[in-house]
Amino acid sequence: MSLFSIFNVASSAMSAQSLRLNATASNMANANSVATKPEDAYKAREPVFQQVLEQNGGTGVRVMGITQSNAANPALYQPGNPLANKDGYVYSSNVNPVEEMVNMLSASRSYQTNVQVMDTAKNLALRTLQLGQ
Amino acid sequence: MSDRIFGIHGQALLYRSERMGILSSNIANADTPEYKARDLSFGDALRAAAGPAGQEGGVGQPLALQRNSPGQLTAAGAGNGAQELYRIPDQPALDGNTVDMERERVRFTENAVAYQTTLSFLNSRIKGINSALTGQ
Repeated sequence: MSLFSIFNVASSAMSAQSLRLNATASNMANANSVATKPEDAYKAREPVFQQVLEQNGGTGVRVMGITQSNAANPALYQPGNPLANKDGYVYSSNVNPVEEMVNMLSASRSYQTNVQVMDTAKNLALRTLQLGQ
Repeated sequence: MSDRIFGIHGQALLYRSERMGILSSNIANADTPEYKARDLSFGDALRAAAGPAGQEGGVGQPLALQRNSPGQLTAAGAGNGAQELYRIPDQPALDGNTVDMERERVRFTENAVAYQTTLSFLNSRIKGINSALTGQ
């Protein structure tokens, strides 16, 4: 495993974490979306990560899939809403803003750490190239 | 020849870069379910670099398996005789992940400093040989 394989590992982690951040952004954006039927209402999405062996050594990350939350979509009584059903209810998304906040913090910290790893690997590789000068 | 000039530092550099790759894999997989954190044993690497007992200055390389693809595993785990071992977690997560982010960061930093130390040892050796060759 060379120092260069660290770039592959760290970049795979960075793209996985940015996808997670993206999913969190979609969830937060749709936190207040409503729908007429519960099955049409927005479900919180979360990526599932999986380890993957990189070509030249090291274990990177890839996104295995996106899961949708099974939590019930709460029914809100809004008879004035054009999307309300005949009883006057709309179904809101099942996004939990607290969970999403934690997810966002965790994803951005992980992203930062991987940027630091890459930076350290770059500096050490450059110093190795300057050996004996 | 190069072993006599650089001593153990050439292999130390290999060990450090290998370990850095493993630690960066641990950091990258901090949120991956079922990922088990790994590390290289320094003791094994040192014993392999020091060679078999009774052979002074011998560089004992363990028998290596022939690899046709970089994805295939070596007999000893890492190329320089160090065993890749699973870390014993203090507090394993429910999803099977055993990465402790703080420890991994500390080890990564420590390993990077040790890498630079090895580099400066090599640098001073190269400078010494250079001045011996030029005779000034």
